[in-house]
Amino acid sequence: MPIQILMPALSPTMTEGKLADWKKREGDPVAAGDVLCEIETDKATMEVEAVDEGVLGRIVVPGGTDNVAVNSVIALLLEEGEDAGALENLDVPALVKAAPVSVGESALPTPVNGQITDSVTRAAPTGAQGERVFASPLARRMASQNGLDLSRIDGSGPRGRVVRRDVEKALAEGTGRATAPAETSAAASSAPAPAAKAPTAADPVFALMPEFEALPNTNMRKTIATRLTESARDVPHFNVSVDVDLDALLALRTQLNDREGADYKLSVNDFIVKATALTLVKVPEANVAYTDDAILRFKRVDISVAVAVKGGLITPILKDAASKGLATLSAETRALAEKARAGKLQPEEYQGGTFTISNMGMFGVRSFNSILNPPQGGILSVGAGERRPVVKAGALGIATVMTLTLAVDHRCIDGATAARFVQDLKRLIEDPIGLML
Amino acid sequence: MGGTKFDLIVIGGGPGGYVAAIRAAQLGMRVGLVEREHLGGICLNWGCIPTKALLRSAEVYDHMKHAADFGLIARDFGFDLPKVVERSRKVAAQLSGGVKHLLKKNKVAVFDGHGALDGKGGVAVAGGPTLTAPHVVIATGARARHLPGLEPDGRFVWSYREALVPDIHPKRLLVIGSGAIGIEFASFFNSLGSEVTVAEVLPRVLPFEDEEISALAHKAFEKKGMTIRVGTRVAELRKGADEVVAVLDAGGETSEIIVDRVIAAVGVVPNVEDIGLEAAGVTLTDRGFIRVDGWLRASTEGIYAIGDVVGPPCLAHKASHEGVICVERIAGASDVHPLDADRIPACTYCRPQVASVGLSEARARERGRAVRVGRFPFLGNGKAIALGEPEGMVKTVFDADTGELLGAHMIGAEVTELIQGYGIAKSLETTEAELMHTVFPHPTLSEMMHESVLDAHGRAIHF
Repeated sequence: MPIQILMPALSPTMTEGKLADWKKREGDPVAAGDVLCEIETDKATMEVEAVDEGVLGRIVVPGGTDNVAVNSVIALLLEEGEDAGALENLDVPALVKAAPVSVGESALPTPVNGQITDSVTRAAPTGAQGERVFASPLARRMASQNGLDLSRIDGSGPRGRVVRRDVEKALAEGTGRATAPAETSAAASSAPAPAAKAPTAADPVFALMPEFEALPNTNMRKTIATRLTESARDVPHFNVSVDVDLDALLALRTQLNDREGADYKLSVNDFIVKATALTLVKVPEANVAYTDDAILRFKRVDISVAVAVKGGLITPILKDAASKGLATLSAETRALAEKARAGKLQPEEYQGGTFTISNMGMFGVRSFNSILNPPQGGILSVGAGERRPVVKAGALGIATVMTLTLAVDHRCIDGATAARFVQDLKRLIEDPIGLML
Repeated sequence: MGGTKFDLIVIGGGPGGYVAAIRAAQLGMRVGLVEREHLGGICLNWGCIPTKALLRSAEVYDHMKHAADFGLIARDFGFDLPKVVERSRKVAAQLSGGVKHLLKKNKVAVFDGHGALDGKGGVAVAGGPTLTAPHVVIATGARARHLPGLEPDGRFVWSYREALVPDIHPKRLLVIGSGAIGIEFASFFNSLGSEVTVAEVLPRVLPFEDEEISALAHKAFEKKGMTIRVGTRVAELRKGADEVVAVLDAGGETSEIIVDRVIAAVGVVPNVEDIGLEAAGVTLTDRGFIRVDGWLRASTEGIYAIGDVVGPPCLAHKASHEGVICVERIAGASDVHPLDADRIPACTYCRPQVASVGLSEARARERGRAVRVGRFPFLGNGKAIALGEPEGMVKTVFDADTGELLGAHMIGAEVTELIQGYGIAKSLETTEAELMHTVFPHPTLSEMMHESVLDAHGRAIHF
């Protein structure tokens, strides 16, 4: 006999409430303490936790249902050993009606009714955050057949509805993937719950705060949120900083840029990219990614460069940066940044780098720490080159100094490797003629 | 009004042009419209509408002929062709007046006269002022194509225009071309008792429809007494004093037939002459239509073109829709998308009627789709039997993988009024599931649309 899950009373006076959202789906295993669903009253939203363990057999009251009476059956839990057949003979509507009156032993095992059609339980597709995603039936089906998460696809139809062309575009561009393999159950249009849980705008906490404007999350914003949350939470970061003297590099830069007929204009960043790439060749232990089975050591250095764009950031890639000259790197960087800002980067232009450089020097930032760009093992944060007092040969002097901070994934890069990397990088920047070799 | 400076000028007042003008006015633009002949264009004055009026007379007459089948007694009935034509002209005149009123209501300034780009960003109206606007929409439409030897001659050979106001009731008629225009006239004169021969150079009638529909139409036309000659070219017209000897060439095998009149309906050509396209630097496609992009922008900045003048399908509703897309895009409206040709329905008002939207079965297969095809015959539909219209079929084509409705093809009574249901389904991107879940009212012809969907998935109930 499946266990009946009843609409709880959140307060002694509560007689009915809104079943806001299911956090488990039919077929999901449930352990005691797992959050099953959210119930809303006019005062608060509360989570309903499972008391028993088993498999969520059937959701009787779908998410988003208003005025659900306290003690009515909202779902049926299959106990260990019970299979879905145990649900077949239950007259669910009768349960729903009967339940508020009494929930005795006589749970009316009337036959008939067979399976509930999928139209009841599959009312509306929801995104990772549980909000409804507006999509055409065809788009829904194509997304589910291809393991795409509709909430990660921008809709171009009426009022942002996701339509066929949007799914086709996502397929062509390789975007919109669900974060984990799609579930095999019939409710395939759902996406796995995200790792991070942020409050929704409807959260009562915001009611106490000043009036606000809700700016809907773009897909880029959702991607940033998901990836960086995973990175900050799951990857053990540590940072190593070093100050580098830039004067020799600046002199070389002036010399190169002033050459007659120069059709390039090298930036300090171009030198940092080149120096980083060469250092990664020299210290291949830092050009790596961690996996459960092995550390992957890449045979080429592809540098991702963080570029701020409207509504977020993206990291176009300078492929094989170590073997390219400064002028080439400079031109490529400029072209990629322009494409990024125009939103015209192709997936292969921003997916697959081995190491990231983030430069905030132009904003006068002295030093900062970055969150790793998974699955890469390292990211370099570049601060501003500024005139600072320094001690040289036992005397106080002035030099242009820049602080570089390397963040690494400790699972694949240890302290000694990180230190050696920044040491070699510093040496190369301070004696930049090495960049020309 | 009264000025010559506008936000947008439309050249041509047909179903593309006047709709574009009204939509632009709704979006807050000051709009000028230049029309050389009559508002409503060919569609309203010499095309869609007057032919529907003629065909309605033919339909009522057909019903009268079959009165006894319905237990009715009709004696001494006949037709008065001039009166039939008069009614058709009145209908056209009424609607043309309606367009004039609509334009006035929307404060669109209408200029009577031939409009042409002056190459300096303006539009010169013959015998009138030169108008200027940053955006000019060309909606000059198309006209009947004239093949050498088959040109309208003011007597024996008619284009659609002469056929709409026939001077005689031809006892024997040759219709060249079995597209919508040719077939509608063939059907009309067939109903009025003419001996009609249709010559189609392609291997089937209504060559743009699904092959099965063409085959059913072919049979239905023959059953009504028409002679259908497919794969047949009209090699020569030898005109005598009162009749024409037409030499038909079916793949080298020639034959002759004698007719009183010939209707040439061999397609249309765009009206691109004398409207200043060269001066404005507007380029054409290989086939002579104005070259435009998905937003209906021509090769010159600020010049747009919509409707028949940019290419097939040459249909009024396609022109209107392009007009709306074009001006909404200019106005920067949100949610504007290029027209998807697979969502433009096509209707032919012969008896039986033919209507379709989307890909034919063969076209779907050509595009590499795995398809599921559903069919449902009129014979299985209660309402069709009650109406005394047991002939016809509803065919649906689905993508076997995604359940997308790729196309729908119908032949039979009133199907032109039904096809929009599938049009909506395509616009909303329904799959077979939503169509199956839709409750169709009983008893209606539309139930066949449901059954056809069910049949594509092996679930038809009534057949």
